[in-house]
Formats: sequence, C-alpha cells, structure tokens
Amino acid sequence: MNRIIYELTESVRIAMAQIRANKMRSALTALGVIIGIVAVTLMGTAIAGINTGFDRSLAMLGEDVLYVNKWPWTGADDWWNYADRPPMHPEDAVRLNRIIAASPDSLLAFAVFGDVRSASIKSNGNSINGVFTRGTNAAYGRILAADFSEGRLFNETEDESARQVVVLGYDVAQALFPGRSSLGATVTIHGQPFEVVGVLARQGSFLGLFSFDNQMVMPLGAYRKYFGIRDENTEIQVKVKDKTRLDEAREELTGYMRRVRGEYPGQRDNFSVNGGALFKEKLDPIKRGIALAGLFVTGLSLFVGAIGIMNITFVSVRERTKEIGTRKALGARRRTVLLQFLIEAVSICVLGGVAGLGITYLMVLGVKAAMPAFPVEFSLVLVVISMAVSVATGVLSGFVPALGASRLDPVVALRYE
Amino acid sequence: MSPPAPVESRPVRPVGPVVIAIEGVTKLYQMGEETIHALRGVTLEIRRNEYLAIMGPSGSGKSTLMNMLGCLDTPTSGKYEFNGLDVAGMVDDELAEIRNKEIGFVFQTFNLLPRSDALRNVELPLIYGGVPAHARHERARQALVDVGLGNRIHHRPNELSGGQRQRVAVARALVNRPSIILADEPTGNLDSKTGVEILALFDDLYEKGNTLIVVTHEESVARHARRIIRLHDGLIESDGPAF
Repeated sequence: MNRIIYELTESVRIAMAQIRANKMRSALTALGVIIGIVAVTLMGTAIAGINTGFDRSLAMLGEDVLYVNKWPWTGADDWWNYADRPPMHPEDAVRLNRIIAASPDSLLAFAVFGDVRSASIKSNGNSINGVFTRGTNAAYGRILAADFSEGRLFNETEDESARQVVVLGYDVAQALFPGRSSLGATVTIHGQPFEVVGVLARQGSFLGLFSFDNQMVMPLGAYRKYFGIRDENTEIQVKVKDKTRLDEAREELTGYMRRVRGEYPGQRDNFSVNGGALFKEKLDPIKRGIALAGLFVTGLSLFVGAIGIMNITFVSVRERTKEIGTRKALGARRRTVLLQFLIEAVSICVLGGVAGLGITYLMVLGVKAAMPAFPVEFSLVLVVISMAVSVATGVLSGFVPALGASRLDPVVALRYE
Repeated sequence: MSPPAPVESRPVRPVGPVVIAIEGVTKLYQMGEETIHALRGVTLEIRRNEYLAIMGPSGSGKSTLMNMLGCLDTPTSGKYEFNGLDVAGMVDDELAEIRNKEIGFVFQTFNLLPRSDALRNVELPLIYGGVPAHARHERARQALVDVGLGNRIHHRPNELSGGQRQRVAVARALVNRPSIILADEPTGNLDSKTGVEILALFDDLYEKGNTLIVVTHEESVARHARRIIRLHDGLIESDGPAF
C-alpha cells in the first residue's frame, strides 16, 4: 500500500517536472481541454444564471400568486382555440371571492382584478412613454411582492371613490423626480392629474428583459375612467395561502373559475390559470438549447484535446523509452510505468481544466461588471464537474500510450537510442 | 577508498553460497525469417562475493547473457535459479521485484534521470521497493557518501562529471543492498583516468563483500575481476581465474 503512495508521489513529481520542461508543448496540448472546459463551464454558468434569474424574477411575480388570464403564458400554438374566450371581468373576481369566502378549507386567500396597459406619464416637462400601468383594487397591496421606498398603496376609500392617485415604480419616480421625493407631487397621466401616494422599492428586471421598476399602479375606478377596459390584458390575481401546495391550489381555482363562468362538465375551460412556476417550462427549451450547444462545443474540443494528449503521450513514451527501460531495470513494475504516464496525461488535462476554469471565472466577472442585470452564476458544482471531466479526459487519452509504455520489454527499451 | 590491490598479491577468498545457477540456457530470437541462436546452452554458477568479468566479441551472446543474469529477460529453455528461486518461469512483475531487490545495474551510459538530482536518482529503487521517505533519504545519502559523492547529493546529472555520474549510478545500484551488481561496460563512456577510478571503486566494493559481474570487451577492465568468462558464438569458450 505504501509503495503505491510512494510511486504516485514520484509519478506526480516526474509529471510536473516533465510539464515544466516542455512548457510550450504542454500548453498547446492542453488548449483543447482548456476550450472544452471553458465551453462546459460557460454553459453551466449560463444555465445556472437563468435559473437564478428566474427564481429572482419569480419572487417579483409573487411565488404564492396565481394568475387567471384569457391566454396561457406558456404560449398558445392553436390561438383560435383561445381567441373567442371571454376576457376577465371585475365581476369574475367578485364572484370568485364569494366562493372562496364560502369555502373554509380553501387554499386560496382572495382574488384581485387588474387591467394593464402601457401609458405615458408627465411631470414638470419630463415625460416617460411606455410605462407599464396597472389599474386594480386596494387588495393588490396584499399581493404586491415589492416593498415601498416611500409612501403606500392607495387605500380602500381611494379605491372605491376612484381617486386619481398613483404609485410609481422606482425608475419612473427617479426619472421624473431625480434625487428628490415625489410623494404628494402631481403627475399627468393621459392628460389627467394624479397625486403620487407611494413609490415602490427597486426590484430589478424580469430575466433581464422586462423592468419591474418601469411601472405604475392606480385605482381600478380611475383607470377605467380614462382607459376603459382593454379586453386582452385583464387578469385576476389570486393569492394562495400555502405556496408549497401551488398545484392543488391551481386545481381548486380552476374548479371555482368554472363555477364562476358557469361551465358544464366536459366543456373546455374558457380561461387559463397561470403562475410564475409555469414560466419555468417555457425556459426549458432555452436551457436545453444552451446545454446542447455547450455540450457539442465541449465534446468536440475535448475530443480534439484528447487526441492531442494521446499523441503527446505517445511522443513522450517514445522520447523516454530508454528512461522506461532504466526504470524497469531498477524495479518499476508495469503498473508503475502505466501510472506514471497516465498521471502525466491527467496532469496536463487538470492544468488545462484549471486554466479553463480561470478563464471562465474572469469572463463571468467581466460580464457581471459590464452588465450587472445579466444573470450569470459561477458555482462550485462547475469546478467539480470540470475537474472530473479533465481527469476523465486525461485517463481516456493517456491510457493507450501508457499501457504501451508499461508493456515495453526492458531489454528493447534499454537499447533504444 | 583503498587503492586497488596489486594483481600478484590477491588473496584467495573462501567461496560463498551460490547466488546464480544457470544450466543449459538457450535464447532464440526471431529476426524476420531468420532465427538467431544468441545462447546455445550456457551452464554457469556464480557465488557470493565473486568478481566476474564476461567477455566476448559482439554477437557472442554476451549482452543476452547479461540481460538473462540481470533478470531483464528469460531463457528460451534451460534452468535459471537466483538465490534458489526459479527465474525462468517468472512473469514481468515478478522479475521486476527480483531486479529491484537483488540486482544493482550499472550502465555504460549511466542512465540517470536528467531532471532529478543525485539523491532522487539514488532513491528511485527504494521508491519502487516501498521504502518510507525518511529511510529512503538516509539510505540514498549514505550510498552517495559511500561512493565519495557526499558533497554532491543535490547536483543534477548535467552538473556532474562523467565519473561522478557513474558514481551516482553505482550508488543507485548499491542502495537496495542487492545480491549482485551487474555492470555493462561501466567504463565505456569514460576517459581512461576516470575509468580507472571507477574500477578502483569496484575493487573496493568487492573487498567489502559485494558480488560483481562486469560485462566488457576490454582486457584491462576484465583484469580487475577474479574470474573471466569468455563467450563465443553463444557458448562459453573459457571460464577461469583472471591471472
């Protein structure tokens, strides 16, 4: 047992000396592995980043909120099946709340109607177009995942009396009132004066695409007065009591909605229950695509790298045939010689792997510095995976030449010049 | 290190137990269509603390016999016993074990590892023998001291003269306290003065009780031995004292 340890230590030492003595050759050989590891780690980083970004974004949507819409979020391929569905109506939410209230064991807490559209907002000559505008009820305050940086949501009285008050997203407030409070200020929306009662804390963007800070919320009554109701974008948000039982809650909600809509058994739902978790499915093909592309590049470069390492190990065995003969004469067994060259191949691969990881790490740092919103994540799992891949590549590519070396006849090897 | 004893006054030593016994050994090589009879039936006994020279022109089977004695190769037919163990039937790794424990090799071209210092080179057989690091360093250092290189233990081969390199190789051959030391043209790559020094070292090792087998084609080298075996055409031509 001890002997194996001594032989291993000796082999590692020899391998390092060999790599040091042939720096250029080793570096060029390791290139394939370096590219392979960069590809596999970048792929992992991208996928992990998407997951993290998604989880962050999911929290913005509210992990414990289900959405009832005319359209499914996951995309409707056969749109004609959905086109003649009725839009969500405020009355739907009222009836839904009535059913929920009558079901004591319900997993659902309450429902809030909302209508969204894009609108422009003005103040003091500053103007912002394309602000995501939501008209809703005061209960929205208990669904909203964001905190307030100042102020509050409109209250029930303001809601019921359709007061012209508005809550601004962080970026909107910053753009209109840079560096000062906008609380109590009057802004102009759709030509009408609104009083700012609250500003939301900074939330960031959803998957780096859609900014949650570019929004405003107003009482539904005020919204309908000026914008009417646009059928397509109405929705009902339903708060769930226990977010770990989202699937059950979804089924319960579907049942209640069918009652609200008066659908008879066998009739197809004329609404869609959506939720943040459903978005995950939508991301799967993207992740699969990245994984496939990454695996392809990884596989290709590792294959090329492995051939390079196999070649260099053959060369190394050839160059050091006499040394192998000497070692055998001094008592090196087959296993010892095999291990020595295997460790040399593995060492090159592991050094390549470490270099690849380093490059990826720097790239991730660079991306993070350049685009803070872009979700990239460097994880320990990646380190473990790339080391495993490197070692496997080394073993696979070094095995054949190392085996050849171990089987050399010492007499022939000693005579080799 | 004592100077070599004058040839005339060599003491007659009592012979020790048999280390190597070979009987009717043949070795055939296939070279393409042709079969080469490198050894045609060699019978030989070597006892402890002998100093033996093997001589012969090229093609005489001298190298083949040396490889055989060094357990680098096995005979095609015939018997080979090393310390009573049947070598002829051994597989690679068993032979490696014997070489490691029982045989110290000294090569014409020294065969040192270029990137390792003298100490590391001498330690190599001990590594393969599974000797723990501390004992390894100590024994390797002592072996280098014994060959007069106590002040060169951290020099690499390219920082040593030819004679010093061969001394490192001798230290490496000695370090496992082998039953025999097998030297193949040990002075072949050295100038005559350095060659004489190495032979003096061999004489000294012999005086200390080691068993030496030197393969050479130089009479001056062979004359240091106590017994000379001359090979010709795969057979022993003569076997007798070197007087």
